[in-house]
Amino acid sequence: MTTTPHRPVPVPGPPPSAPRPKPAPPAGAPVRLTGAQSLVRSLEAAGCEVVFGIPGGAILPAYDPLLDSDKVRHVLVRHEQGAGHAATGYAQATGRVGVCMATSGPGATNLVTPLADAYMDSVPVVAITGQVPSGAIGTDAFQEADISGITLPITKHNFLVTDPGDIPRAIAEAFHLASTGRPGPVLVDVPKDVLQAQTTFSWPPELRLPGYRPTTKPHGKQIREAAKLIATSVRPVLYVGGGVIRAGACPELRELAELTGIPVVTTLMARGAFPDSHRQHLGMPGMHGTVAAVAAMQRSDLLITLGARFDDRVTGQLSSFAPDARVVHADIDPAEISKNRKADVPIVGDCKEVITELLAAIRGDHAEGERPDLTAWWAQLDGYRATFPLGYDWPADGTLSPQYVIERIGELVGPDAIYTAGVGQHQMWAAQFIRYEHPGTWINSGGLGTMGFAVPAAMGAKYGRPETQVWAIDGDGCFQMTNQELATCAIENIPIKVAVINNGNLGMVRQWQNLFYAERYSSTDLGTHKHRIPDFVLLAEALGCVGLRCEAKEDVDRVIAEAQAITDRPVVIDFVVGADAQVWPMVAAGTGNDQIMAARDIRPLFDDDQS
Amino acid sequence: MTKHTLSVLVENKPGVLARVAGLFSRRGFNIDSLAVGPTEQPEVSRMTIVVAVEELPLEQVTKQLNKLVNVIKIVELEATAAVRRELLLVKVRADATVRSQVLETVQLFRAKVVDVSPEALTIEATGAGDKIDALLRMLEPYGIREMVQSGMVAIGRGPRSITATRS
Repeated sequence: MTTTPHRPVPVPGPPPSAPRPKPAPPAGAPVRLTGAQSLVRSLEAAGCEVVFGIPGGAILPAYDPLLDSDKVRHVLVRHEQGAGHAATGYAQATGRVGVCMATSGPGATNLVTPLADAYMDSVPVVAITGQVPSGAIGTDAFQEADISGITLPITKHNFLVTDPGDIPRAIAEAFHLASTGRPGPVLVDVPKDVLQAQTTFSWPPELRLPGYRPTTKPHGKQIREAAKLIATSVRPVLYVGGGVIRAGACPELRELAELTGIPVVTTLMARGAFPDSHRQHLGMPGMHGTVAAVAAMQRSDLLITLGARFDDRVTGQLSSFAPDARVVHADIDPAEISKNRKADVPIVGDCKEVITELLAAIRGDHAEGERPDLTAWWAQLDGYRATFPLGYDWPADGTLSPQYVIERIGELVGPDAIYTAGVGQHQMWAAQFIRYEHPGTWINSGGLGTMGFAVPAAMGAKYGRPETQVWAIDGDGCFQMTNQELATCAIENIPIKVAVINNGNLGMVRQWQNLFYAERYSSTDLGTHKHRIPDFVLLAEALGCVGLRCEAKEDVDRVIAEAQAITDRPVVIDFVVGADAQVWPMVAAGTGNDQIMAARDIRPLFDDDQS
Repeated sequence: MTKHTLSVLVENKPGVLARVAGLFSRRGFNIDSLAVGPTEQPEVSRMTIVVAVEELPLEQVTKQLNKLVNVIKIVELEATAAVRRELLLVKVRADATVRSQVLETVQLFRAKVVDVSPEALTIEATGAGDKIDALLRMLEPYGIREMVQSGMVAIGRGPRSITATRS
């Protein structure tokens, strides 16, 4: 389909006849250069191949040597938020550190949302910001903002570099912190005078992080305890979170599931960690999870929690969550363990090592004949699966069903593509109705719930995996927050596909108003249906993309095929869908998971208990 | 809620206090007192933080603190196994009629007079929190004009150093 050999794109640069000489001193030997050159050299040495960003006053010195770099390419975005989400998308699609760059003040504060987003979803991102000159710090200078202070609670760590000699170490430490342990965003703030000063550069610098010692190897005793519980539980569930993907532990997870026969649920952040086609996969748990996945956890006697964090969107009302389950909780972040739900067996460690050691321990138990019978458990779960499969009704008014559109995209585009999403109904439907088979093919904003995430994240993902088809499943509300990055995509030759699931409304908010606010629709109608403002087809074309529209069921497959055939430009499809479709199943906020509704007023677990 | 005394070794770098204080407010934990100062190693500072929390939230406080990259080590100091001190400077009204009584109280508490004027004395006292409180109760009737108190600092008893073992 889309094997577009679309890069490198010719960028304006020095004519080939006048190559800029690049001194190549022996590795490790210090070289004289400016702080800005040192910064770019450090990025090169850290393995960075692309920076998403926008220049401005304070960061200007860094952009000069960036022009000369043949290793680091800069993608000029249209808004710093786009740079941050692009770095996040790139990181999740490639497993490498995503890098974004902005100037001081408003440039830096525009990165706040994507940094908070990457923090919540544990994505390795390094943000580099220019700062006003050292002497001006604290004087309310033009475009001054205390970005290291502002981002303290939303970064894994941050640096304000005061000495140009520290630049290589700050960058090396930033990449190390971002990508090891529990990954997360790290910000490096560099004052303008530090970028302009003369300094020396040598690589690799010595890391000085005496307080940073992530535990990756699990404790043997805890592993044995966990294996013992697994050997004696008859209603176990593998509760799999995004940490399994971050740890690259998906093959091990599959081995564990198949060795034990235990059912698997994958959270919103873990979609793709375990194949949807696998018989043992019950789907996504949580507020909009499948009845089978939610029921499995509620009825479970053992939750084997791997890289998940008992988020309120998974547990519902915490006091009534999985009441009979004992908990094995493995996470690389000790602070996640027993934060929300007390763990009976806490295991601090990298999920790959944890599962590998669990496999060995369980094999030992099996050899001694200790193997629980899960037949009755599976019969119960298969019952839920058969009675309450995921599904949707075609809208009564004959409008196009959004679920159908998303389901068809998933089927026609297939499991090898990457799907990104914004936040809201379309995101939940994309998590429910696209079948994921591989890790890293589903990229969304899980923890922070950032509307507008889809388009820039898709841009970053496509940049990192140019040979892969990348689809942004977006809503009409989300799309209007960040669609300016389509100009970036068009100019930089990053041909993503955007499916705007256009229901004319802030759909998820409208759903809540429908269910909990007496159908009083306060400020949720965006007018994208009523007035067709904006006209997404015209908007797409204005941004250098191909714009398509689809309003009828019989056109869906054709339009998707048409979009797939276009490989030289980004494509936007305006899928005009019904406004009344709702996301089901649903656990209403604040209620227990036993109250899950398969559809409005149908509470399979609750009714089950009453009978 | 029980009070817990945490000794926290941190890198001596700008902004570390803000990181620690910010963490407490962000996670909804209350600090009773906080004292920071240098240690025998110039690159390491030591904070003594007193928090009033139950056992489980304390575990969260400690784990979250440990996640701060600049935090090197955390040790909870049990009341019985540590020496804990606060410093008090207090200006008490003490004219000729009551001065001798105030001075008697100062002696009783092994406190020190550090400044004298015709109508007031400034007293310095160190000790555990209950001693400081008792002294203040005794001085109150004379009229406390101004006072300032440090956060608690604490050190473990016995020959072992906090830096000797890794957490």
